[in-house]
Amino acid sequence: MVAGVLALAVSGCGGVGAGGDGGGGNATEGTLSTMGFGRSDEIASTRVDAFQREHPKVDLRITEGAFDEQQFLSAVASGNPPDLVYLDRNLVGTYATRGSILPLTDCVQQQGIDLAQYRPAAREQVSLDGVLYGVPEFSTVRVFYLNEAVLRQAGVRPEQVDLADWAALSTVSAELARVSDGRLSRIGVDPKIPEFLPMWAKANGADMISADGRTAQLDHPKVVEALTATVALIRDQGGWGKFKSFRDTFDFFGAQNPLAKNQIGAWPMEEWFLNQVAANSPDVELLVKPFVDRQGNPVTMSSGQAWVIPKGAKNPDAACAFVTQMTAIDTWLAAAQARADARRAEGQPFTGVWTGNIEADRRIFDELYQPTGNRRFDEAVDTIRSMQDAAFALPASPAGAEFDKAWTDAVNRVLSGQTEPAEALARAQREATAALDQASK
Amino acid sequence: MSATATTPPAGRRHRTPLARREARWAYVFLAPWIVGFLAFQAGPMVASAWLSLTEYDVINPPRYAGLDNYRQLMTDPAVARSLGNTVYYTVLHVPLAMVLSLGLALLLHRVGRWQGFFRTVFYLPVMTPAVAVGILFLLLLNTQDGLINRGLAGLGIEGLSWTTDPAWVMPGIILMSLWSLGSTVIIYLAALQNVPRDLYEAAAIDGAGAWARFRHVTLPMISGAIFFTLVVNTIASLQMFTEVYTMYFGNRQTQGSFSSEAATFYVIHLFQEAFQFLHMGFASAMAWLLFVIILLITLVQVRLGNRFVHYEGDET
Repeated sequence: MVAGVLALAVSGCGGVGAGGDGGGGNATEGTLSTMGFGRSDEIASTRVDAFQREHPKVDLRITEGAFDEQQFLSAVASGNPPDLVYLDRNLVGTYATRGSILPLTDCVQQQGIDLAQYRPAAREQVSLDGVLYGVPEFSTVRVFYLNEAVLRQAGVRPEQVDLADWAALSTVSAELARVSDGRLSRIGVDPKIPEFLPMWAKANGADMISADGRTAQLDHPKVVEALTATVALIRDQGGWGKFKSFRDTFDFFGAQNPLAKNQIGAWPMEEWFLNQVAANSPDVELLVKPFVDRQGNPVTMSSGQAWVIPKGAKNPDAACAFVTQMTAIDTWLAAAQARADARRAEGQPFTGVWTGNIEADRRIFDELYQPTGNRRFDEAVDTIRSMQDAAFALPASPAGAEFDKAWTDAVNRVLSGQTEPAEALARAQREATAALDQASK
Repeated sequence: MSATATTPPAGRRHRTPLARREARWAYVFLAPWIVGFLAFQAGPMVASAWLSLTEYDVINPPRYAGLDNYRQLMTDPAVARSLGNTVYYTVLHVPLAMVLSLGLALLLHRVGRWQGFFRTVFYLPVMTPAVAVGILFLLLLNTQDGLINRGLAGLGIEGLSWTTDPAWVMPGIILMSLWSLGSTVIIYLAALQNVPRDLYEAAAIDGAGAWARFRHVTLPMISGAIFFTLVVNTIASLQMFTEVYTMYFGNRQTQGSFSSEAATFYVIHLFQEAFQFLHMGFASAMAWLLFVIILLITLVQVRLGNRFVHYEGDET
C-alpha cells in the first residue's frame, strides 16, 4: 500500500473521469484554480511547493481565503467554478447530493488510490451512498483536558473525573467550579455543547443520524439523556447566561489561556489546543485523558477538511493530480518536517500533525516526532495518537447544514430555558426529517 | 407683465430652450444610474421573480413549481418567527432612533464653534464597519464582564443575559443599533439649520415659549426630514443583517453556541435558505414577500405622511 501511495505522489492523476496519461506528473498542465485554501503555514506551503515542483506546467492559481458558500455557489451558478474546492468535510454530502461536486471513482480507480490509507471516519464523511466525493485531509479529534492545579485546589484526584460516570461527573464539576456572589469565576466541567453533543450521544450509545446520513435520530432516548446530563452540568454552574458569558472571555490562543489562568477544571476539546498550550504556557499542569463512553471505552468525534472537484471544473486532471500530491505520504512527511523545523527554530515543541492518512501519521510519529521531555505533553501526544483509532464522524448527509441547525437550535433552546430536552429534540427531529426527506427527493 | 399672462396653458407646459437643455443634461447625468439600475437591480429582480416560482438549488436548473414556495411561506413557522423578530425590532428601533437622533441634533444645533467636532464624533460610529460593531457589542453585552452590565449593576440592575436569554436578545440588538445614529442626526441637523430664524423670532414675539416654538415651528419645518428618515430607517430595519449575522451566525462556531432563534431576522433566515440550505427558489419567494411588505408599509407611510409633512413653498 505504501509503495502504491508513494507512486501516486509522483505520478499525478489521470483525471476525475478522463483517461490517465500514466506517464508521470509532468504530463498534467493548464491552469488550476482553487477556492477555500490558503498557503497560511508551512504545512500548506510545503505541500503546494511539492506539487509545483512535480507539475511545473500547471499554472496554479490559489484564491486565498476560507471556503465561502455564497462565493462557491455564485461561481457554480455562473458556470465558472474553480477546479478545486477546499471545504469542511461535513459539507460534502449536501453538495454531492445536488451534483455540484464530481464523484472521484474513476480517478481513484485509474490511479489506484488506496482508500484504506484514509482514516475511516474521514473517509465516511466524504462518501455518500458508497461513492467517494472528496479527498480528506487532517483528522481533528477531541480529548479530555484536565487542569491538575485546579483539581488539587479542589481536593479532587484526576481519576475521580470519570467521564464514564455521569452522576459522579456532576458532583466533581460542582467541587471544581467556583461561584461567588452570583459570579462564575471558574468552570468545573464544561461539556462543550452544543458543538460536542454528538460525542456525548455517541458515548451514551446513540448516533444522532443513521450511517447513510439520511435518517435523523435526534429524539432517541439516549440522545435526550445525553442532552439532559450535559445541560445539567451547565445549569449547576449558574446557568447558561453566566456560564457562556464567562467562557466567552477565554483566550485559547495566548499565554492567558483559561488553563494558565485556572479558569476551568476539565473539558473536552480539539487536540490542537495542545499546540497552543505547548507554545504559550508550557508550565501549566495539563493532563490529557481520552474521552470515553459510559463503559469507559475511548470514543471521540473527528472532523477535518476535504478537497472536492466541482461540476464544471475546467481542469479535472490537474485537480486530481493536485489532491493526490497534497495528500500523499511523502508530501505529508515533508510538510511535517517543515513544521518540526519551524517549531524548533521558535524554541517550541513539535507535537505532531494529524493528517487523516493512517500511514502518514504513523511515519510522522515514528520518524519525525521527538518527545519533548515534558512528561505532560508527551503523555498528551500519546493519548491523542491512541484516540485517532477511536474516532467517529457524523456521516455525509444530503441536508447536512439543515440537520446541524436543527439540533444546535434544539440545544440552544434548552440551554436558554425555553424548553426541555425531550421536547426540543422532538421538534429538531421533525425539522431534520423534513429537510432530509426534501433533500433526498 | 402680469402673473396671469405668464401662466402656461392648462395641460401643456411651455419649456424654454434653457429648460430643455437642462432636462437633457439631467438625463445624461442620470443615465449611469438608470443603466446600473436596469442591469443590476431590475434585471435580478425579474430573475428573482421567476426563481420564486421554481424549485432551484443554485446548482441544477430551476424546475417550475408554481406557487408552492409562496404556499410554503404562509405555513413555515421559521418564516413567521423571523418576520416577527424583524417587525419587533423595527417597531422599537425606528422610533427610538428617530427620537434620540432628533435630541442629539437639537443639542448639536445649540453648540457653537465646537459643532464640527461633535458632528464628526457622532458620525464616526457610522464609519465603523458593521462587522466590527457586531463583535464590539458581543463584548459590551457580555453578561458577567460586559461594560453595559457593569453600568447597570451600578444602578442596582444585575445580570441581564443579553446574548443568551431569548427575552433580552432583541433589546440587546436594539441597544447596539442605537450606536450608529450619525446619519439620521446629520439629516436632522441640516434640516434644523434650514429653519428660518425669523419664524422663531415671530413666534417669540407672539409669546410662544420654547416648547411651543419646537412644536409649532421646528417640527413642521423639519417634518420633511423626519418623514424621510422614517421611511429610510423603516426599510433599513426590515433588512437588518450584517451586525446581527456577525454576532450570532458569523461562522460555524458562533452558529453553534451563539445562534438564537430570537436573533434570527428575516433577511438572515433568507440568507440561510439561499446559501446554506440551497433553497434559492424559496429564498426568492421570501425576498418578494419582504419587498411587498416594505412596499405596503412605505405606501401607508407616504399616505399618512402627506397629511403631516410641511413642504416649503407648499401653498396648501
